[in-house]
Formats: sequence, C-alpha cells, structure tokens
Amino acid sequence: MSSRARKAVGRNVLRKEGHDKVTGAARYIDDLTFPGLLHARTIRSTIPAGEIVKVRFKGDRAGFTLVDHHDIPGRNIVALIDEDQPCLAERKIRHVAEPILLLVHEDREKLRAADVQIEYRPSTPNYDPERSAITFKKIAIDKGDLDAGFAAADVIVEGEYRTGLQEQLYIETNGVIAVPGSSVAGAAGGITVYGSMQCPYYVHRALVILLGLPAGKVRVIQTETGGGFGGKEEYPSMMAGHAALAALKTGRPVKLVYDRVEDMLATTKRHPSIVRHRTGVTRDGRLTAIDIDAVLDGGAYATLSAVVLSRGMIHAAGPYRCDHIRIRGRATMTNTPPNGAFRGFGAPQTQFAAEVHMDRIAERLGLDPVRVREINALRPGDTTATGQRLGKDSSALQVLREAVTRTGFRKRRRALAGTNRGIGLSLFFHGSGFTGAGEVKLAAKASLALTHKGARIHVASTEIGQGTRTMLAQIVADALGVRYDDVDVNAADTGEVPDSGPTVASRTCMIVGRILERCAEEMRARLGRLTPRQYLRAFGPLVITKQYERPAGMVWDDTVYKGDAYGSYGWGCDVVEVEVDRDTYEVRPTAFTTVHEIGKAIHPMLAVGQIEGGSAQGLGYAILEDVVMRDGRMANATLTNYIIPTSLDTPPMQVVLLENPYPHGPSGAKGVGEMPIDGPAPAVINALRHAGFDLREIPATPERVMLTSSVESTQRTPRTPRKSQAWV
Amino acid sequence: MLRDEGPLVPMAGCTDLYVALNFGTLTETRFLDLWRLDALRTIAIREGALSIGALATHTDLIRSPLVRRRLPMLAAAASEIGGVQIQNRGTLGGNVANASPAGDTLPVLAAADATVVLRGAGATRRVPFSSFYTGYRRTVRRPDELIVSFEIAPIRGRQRFRKVGTRAAQAISKVVMAVIAGETPRIAVGSVAPTVVRARRTEAALAAGASVAEAQRLLLDEIAPIDDIRSTAEYRRRVTANLLARLLAPRSA
Ligand SMILES: Cc1cc2nc3c(=O)[nH]c(=O)nc-3n(C[C@H](O)[C@H](O)[C@H](O)COP(=O)(O)OP(=O)(O)OC[C@H]3O[C@@H](n4cnc5c(N)ncnc54)[C@H](O)[C@@H]3O)c2cc1C
Repeated sequence: MSSRARKAVGRNVLRKEGHDKVTGAARYIDDLTFPGLLHARTIRSTIPAGEIVKVRFKGDRAGFTLVDHHDIPGRNIVALIDEDQPCLAERKIRHVAEPILLLVHEDREKLRAADVQIEYRPSTPNYDPERSAITFKKIAIDKGDLDAGFAAADVIVEGEYRTGLQEQLYIETNGVIAVPGSSVAGAAGGITVYGSMQCPYYVHRALVILLGLPAGKVRVIQTETGGGFGGKEEYPSMMAGHAALAALKTGRPVKLVYDRVEDMLATTKRHPSIVRHRTGVTRDGRLTAIDIDAVLDGGAYATLSAVVLSRGMIHAAGPYRCDHIRIRGRATMTNTPPNGAFRGFGAPQTQFAAEVHMDRIAERLGLDPVRVREINALRPGDTTATGQRLGKDSSALQVLREAVTRTGFRKRRRALAGTNRGIGLSLFFHGSGFTGAGEVKLAAKASLALTHKGARIHVASTEIGQGTRTMLAQIVADALGVRYDDVDVNAADTGEVPDSGPTVASRTCMIVGRILERCAEEMRARLGRLTPRQYLRAFGPLVITKQYERPAGMVWDDTVYKGDAYGSYGWGCDVVEVEVDRDTYEVRPTAFTTVHEIGKAIHPMLAVGQIEGGSAQGLGYAILEDVVMRDGRMANATLTNYIIPTSLDTPPMQVVLLENPYPHGPSGAKGVGEMPIDGPAPAVINALRHAGFDLREIPATPERVMLTSSVESTQRTPRTPRKSQAWV
Repeated sequence: MLRDEGPLVPMAGCTDLYVALNFGTLTETRFLDLWRLDALRTIAIREGALSIGALATHTDLIRSPLVRRRLPMLAAAASEIGGVQIQNRGTLGGNVANASPAGDTLPVLAAADATVVLRGAGATRRVPFSSFYTGYRRTVRRPDELIVSFEIAPIRGRQRFRKVGTRAAQAISKVVMAVIAGETPRIAVGSVAPTVVRARRTEAALAAGASVAEAQRLLLDEIAPIDDIRSTAEYRRRVTANLLARLLAPRSA
C-alpha cells in the first residue's frame, strides 16, 4: 500500500453527505414512499393519571384500521433498561400524550379528521419529583470521610440549584416507515423499519421483543436524519413499534411522522433537576468536603433515567479535587411524559449546580472565581469522586488559564463591575463513552470491507448531522493509507452492519472510531504491498471486524460506584458576558469564548461546529428555553412559543481547541458532542450574579430575573438609554 | 365579489392565515386573493396625510422614505416583525385585520391616530383606529369590506417604539409600546389587554403636568394584562411602567 495519500485527519475535508444535503437530494423519512403506503396517527391520553374506561370511534370506519395493545404479538413493552413502559397503554395511564391506539388510513386528511373519544377514570397526578412514591434509580458515591472533611473546613457553603425541562428541537421531527417483510437472508415474513433515529440496534431489539420475532426477521434502516441531540435515542423504538404493528396488521407499509406539536408534546425532554450542595472549604479556598444531594424528574416511565442519573452524579462534583465527597442522587417518577436522553445526559444539570456553587464559594471567601478554581481544579494524577486517577490528558487548569487569558477575564470583570453587564465563567469536564463497565458490556463491533479503491465502513453509528460518516472515513483513510475519497460508509442498516452500539454518549469517535482504526491497521497489514484491487483479485473479499477492547488498567465496580468511570474526559472553560436590560429584565449574551480540550480534532471545522452549536443550545437552556407545563401537559408546544435562540440571539463565538491526546482514542481523539452544553448555563448565571442578579435556577427568563431584582428600575430616574434600548 | 359570492376570506401575505390553516383553526374554505392588487400597495402623501396601502408589506414600510420621515415608529415596528421572510410577505392590512392583541403595528397606528379606510361594493368608510376594534379579535369591518389603506395626519413630537419579545427575531410581543412624547403625549400599548390600549387618561395627566411616576400609576390602571404561556401579568405591568418612563425620557442628554 502506498503511504503517499495525504493525511485526512486534522483536515477539513468535504462532508460525505454534504453535497446531497446542500442540493436537496438527501431524502428524509417523510420524503420516502412505498407502493400501497398507509398513514398512521397516534391516539393519546389527554389526562396525566388514571385509567381508560372506554374507547369510542365516532363516524364512518370505512378504510380505517385500529391498532391497540391486543394486536401486540410479543410483549407490550418498549424494551430499554426497565420494562415498565407499554408500547400501547392497556388500562393504566401515567402521563398526558401516552399512546393508546393507532388509527391507520391511506388518506392523511381523513386520518386527521377522525374522531376517537376516550373515557377515563382519572386519578390524582403527582408532579413533584421530591414527593414521588416511585424511585427509578438511586446512586451513591462516597470518597474519603465526609465528617473529617467538614471538620477541616473553615467555612461551609450551602446552596440549592434547579434546572428545567429542555426540548431537543431537532429540525426534522420523529418519523418512521414500517414495511412488511424483511429481505435479510431471504427471510419471508418479518418487518423492515426505516426511520430518523440515532440507534438502529435499540430499535431492532425493541421490535424483536414487541413483535416476538426472531432477530433475523427484523431489519432497521436509518434514513438521513435531521438532528437528534438525544431526542432520537429511545423514542424511535416506541414509534417503530407502532408503525410495525400497523404494518403487520394491514399487510401494507405504514408511515408515522409526527408534526412539531405532537413531537414536542409526546417525546422525551431533558430531566429537570434539583441539586443541593453543602461544601466545606478552608479560608484560603481549598475544598475539604463536598456533599451533594440530587433529584432528577424522570417523568412517567424509567426510559434512560438510570443512566442519565449515573452520568449526572459522576460529574456532580465538577472538575475539582477533594478528598471527602458524598453524592446521593435519585431519579423519580412524576406524571409527565418520560424524560430521556439529551446531549449532556445529566451532566449539564449537575455541573450547572457545581459551577454556580463554586462562584458562590468564591464570593463567600472573597476570592475571585478564577483563583478558587485554580486552587481546586483536577490535575493529572488526582482522583475524581469515583476514585479514578486521571491521566496526563487532563486539562482543567490548561483550559481555565487559556480562557482567562484570551478574554482578559479579570480586567473585564473589574471594568464591568457596577454596571448592568456582567462576566462569568464555568469550568467543566465530560466523560467520553458509556459510563463504567458500559462499553465492556456493550462490546461494540465495527467492520471494514475492502473495496477496489479503498474500504467501506460498516457501523451502526448514525450520521445525524454531527459528521459521523466524514470523521470515521478520515480515521480509516489515514490508518489504511488511502485517500479520504476512497473510503465510503455503508448505510446504518441492521441487515448489513454489526452492532457498534448507539450513537450517544460522545462515544462514536473515541470508541467506534478506535475500533475502526484497529480494523484499518489490520487491513493494511494484510494488504502488505498490494493495492486493494490486486488483493481482491488475488484473494477475494476481505472484511475485518473488531470488537471494543477495554484499555489495560481500566477498572470499574458498579456495586460501589468506584473506579474508572470513563476512558477519558474532555475539558472545557466558557466565559460569557451578559447585559441585562434595566427596563425589560431581558438577558442578552454579548460575548462568548470557549476553550475545549478534546484530544484531537479529527475534523476541526466539524468539531468547532459541534462546540458552537452545543454552546448556542446551552445559552438557550440558560436564558430562553422554558417548557411550560400545565396539568402535566406542555402548554407551549410550538416553535412560536417554545423560544430557542435565533442567530440574532447568539453572540459572536470564539472557539479555541486544545489537544492533549488520549492514548486509546483514534489519533488521540476524545468525545466532543456533548461537552459544549455543560458550560454555558452556569457561566451565564455567574455573569448575572456579577451584574447583581442572584439566580439559582434556569432558564433566566426576564420574568425570573425581574423577581430577583430588588430595586425597581421604575423608581430610578431613567438614564441615557443605550442604542439597543429604544428605537427611533 | 365579497358581497355577491361571500363569505370569502381575504388573503394578503397569508403569514397569519397559513398558521391558522396549519393548526386547523381556519374553518373557512373560500378565499379571495388580494396579493396582485398593486394599487393597494401605494405609500403616498394625500392632502397632507400619509396614506399607506393595506397591502404594503413590512419590508415596504421599512424601505419607504416617506414612512421613515413621517412615521419612523412604524418603520421601527415593521423591522421587528418576524424575520426577513415574514417582512417580505406580511402586510400592514393583514396585521391590523388579523386583530391579534400582540400585533406590533397596532400601538403605532393607535398612537398615531390613524384612520382605517374600508371599502365595500357600495361605499368607502373611514373609521378612526381607536374605534376599529370592538373586542378580542373583533373589528368593525364587515364581511363585504376590505381594508384599503391607512391615513395618518402629520405628527408633532418624538416618536418612540419598543417591542419586548424575549428573543431578537421571530418573537410574539409580551409588551409592545408606541409613544409620541411632546406637549400632547400619546401612548398606546399592545399585549396587555384584549385589544390594543390607547392610554387616554395617562396622556391627559401628562399633558396637565403629571410626573412620570404618576403617569406610570395611571397607565397601570388602564391596562389589564393576564398570565399566559408567554409571560405573567406582573411582568407585563412592571415592564409597561418601565417602558413608559424610558420612552418619555429625552433620548440623549
Ligand atoms: C413566523 C412568523 C412571525 C411573525 N412575527 C410577527 C411579529 O413579530 N409581529 C407581528 O405583529 N406579527 C407577526 N406575525 C404575524 C403576521 O406576519 C402579521 O400579522 C402580518 O402583518 C399579517 O399580514 P398578512 O398579509 O400575511 O396577513 P394574512 O395572513 O394574509 O391575513 C391575516 C388576516 O387579515 C385578513 N386580511 C388581510 N388583508 C386584509 C385586507 N386588506 N382587508 C381585510 N382583511 C384582510 C385576512 O382575511 C386574515 O384574517 C408573524 C407570523 C409568522 C408566521
């Protein structure tokens, strides 16, 4: 093989699917159709808790097929972690918008007009996660001796912090098409499901259990997907089940695509949190004891709450060294639609609390926020809350110092003091890959098939806008010694690709990328001096499949929550400046700088894109995005009323990439997808505190900021307005 | 046509109509497309008054030198409506006829003492803007009438406009205010009552020399904001009071 091919890693090569997306050739689920296609509509509960008494279909039933739980040949569950969630409700209702039955018809308009009345026997709902009778999961992390830690403290600082729901708001709403028959291995019968999704094998497993079919008779194919952010991690399993039941009952292809309102009403959101901190600290700023108690609102069913909680708790103490730590967390049930995966997966909530608390500690000690972080930031060789000893690629101090220097933080802080503007920062980290023994249990596989020009990647990892195909092809191209253009990527089709695990947890690059890198290294060795074409002619097809291998020395004990929680961590520091309008209490971020240490930027432009997008989403989380729940139902389930930032609301962003290679990542890479959303919210709230507004809760809506502002601006003489304050 | 073949729903830029269609709240099925009636797009001075055709788009308003000179607060309002695409399609007539209490041009027209020119098959009527709305989303327009234009007499005083919509674009107002500051102040506020509020008592008090603080108190009596999914009554009250002070104040020292 020639090694003359220009290196692809580190270069901004063209995206694999970029041309198709830009020209409109890319086909999303709602663009697809099949002969004889029917449409489905989901009939959902309108009450938060109770029982179904009677279902009545009013009007002419001609052409309609009704599908309910009686039509389920296997088990009526959406298989994930716990088995508590039915695919179609039988009798009990635990939240608004719970699916009860499906109506199927060939005409979308008729479907929309159909009138199904459901009679209920309502019971009393609970919306308070702290008063819940059902706990989905508890986690306890203990390090050192808490009492000794508090005894060594000069000062104890306490605080309670709250975060709200957040909607993922991918551009493409959820959708699937189920087609009777799976052509895998010529199997007759069975089912094929196409859809917008992150995790084809999650869907596959859920279908096997729901339909009672052998694995070989179920095939799941991801279609071009317009964003996920975690929102297409578990819900597609539910939808695929619905469409599949309808397709099997009618013997025809069935399309199920949500409109925006239904998508927002019914699908998962970020878990709200209540986190309490009690921290012992010496007068000179050293943390001696950290005591954390956290509750996540899981919504009506367990879905992924257990693992969201797990990641949240592992990150709860922030990127700080402390010998004595106690963390207690629980995820509980409320009568609201289930909350689930969302970029960051618990870490944004707990690091919000940790970082706002850190500024309050600094304030209490009269230290500046940079100094208190410098003193306590985790360094290589330190241990985390779970006792993980950090490697050389730990960069907390480095990102902090870089961000402080780049922004002239201390000088800006003095300059803005006493105005309606403020500057704040946050220091954060994010573990890449599944938590603890997750990757070992998952045992992800990836394959590489030799082609005439180069190789074809076979993975179940999905391209959802973040650049999976491109980045994996870059890694393979370099490891194999071929041109980037000569590596292509197979569709994420369970009939053709091995289970490389879900596309979540910032694991695709670091974990799946590394498996592929190993495949490519072996392929290169096999080829020796032959070109791919020569090899194929001489020896026939070559496919190399490899499985995840745990890096030597990595240990994790799930029973006591101790050990190496993640293979590696990315590190970040955000600095944000905000301006508070004195008349309207609106918070506007005016400048944003973020430093991210991610091991190696395989594709710098994509990495920066992830960081900018994640940061913007984090600013939305901090300031604007407010899911208004009324009687267990999202009351503002429209793009008009659920406010996410527009480009005009997003400040100019300075993104700085640092690279401290992780020895077990491809070219040293760690994950980058989730980390950007950990930092903005605490940085904004810290900037607001600097501007004189003491908030402990996000989003910092104007209504909330108003309530924290003690001085009514109406009582002051209006000053000279700034340019942005009034028109004309 | 409206008379003989009615009822028909007039369609202008359709930026409100399509939203209603999409939500299934539009029950009517017969429409009359006005988009090609270029004559209704004219912006001119007629007999000393600024006359704006009902089909003038928000972009037309922003770009019109006449509007910018005579009624700059309307150009300001138009430039904060939706985003560029909406400004290119949405019309002044549509904003007024749609009769949302959050319509951004409404306080401007109210403060400007605009006249709404309505034309039916038989006749033309001129209705003062202040009597155009009769209640929440109700107007005096008859089904066989179109809004053809708005007339605004010259205005003395500083025109000020402020929209509070939480984000910088594509936002529905939580409070929207137009103020003409001067010897005879005129004040109109949107999103704080079922229809746009013209604050006559506050105006009269200010004209009689009341302090800003008194004016704020009076204004809060003239509005009736509610809690809804977008904001709270309390917020709307405090912001209304704050904005009044801000917009009455001299712009620069
Ligand atoms: C994304 C988005 C953002 C928006 N942002 C804003 C905003 O920031 N501020 C704001 O105020 N509005 C906003 N709107 C609402 C809308 O764009 C405006 O109200 C616009 O001015 C409506 O004008 P149109 O020509 O599109 O009206 P249409 O939708 O065509 O009509 C609206 C109503 O008026 C009637 N009508 C129209 N013209 C006449 C006429 N000449 N005579 C009689 N009746 C007539 C129609 O029958 C209909 O009932 C937004 C809408 C969208 C979709």
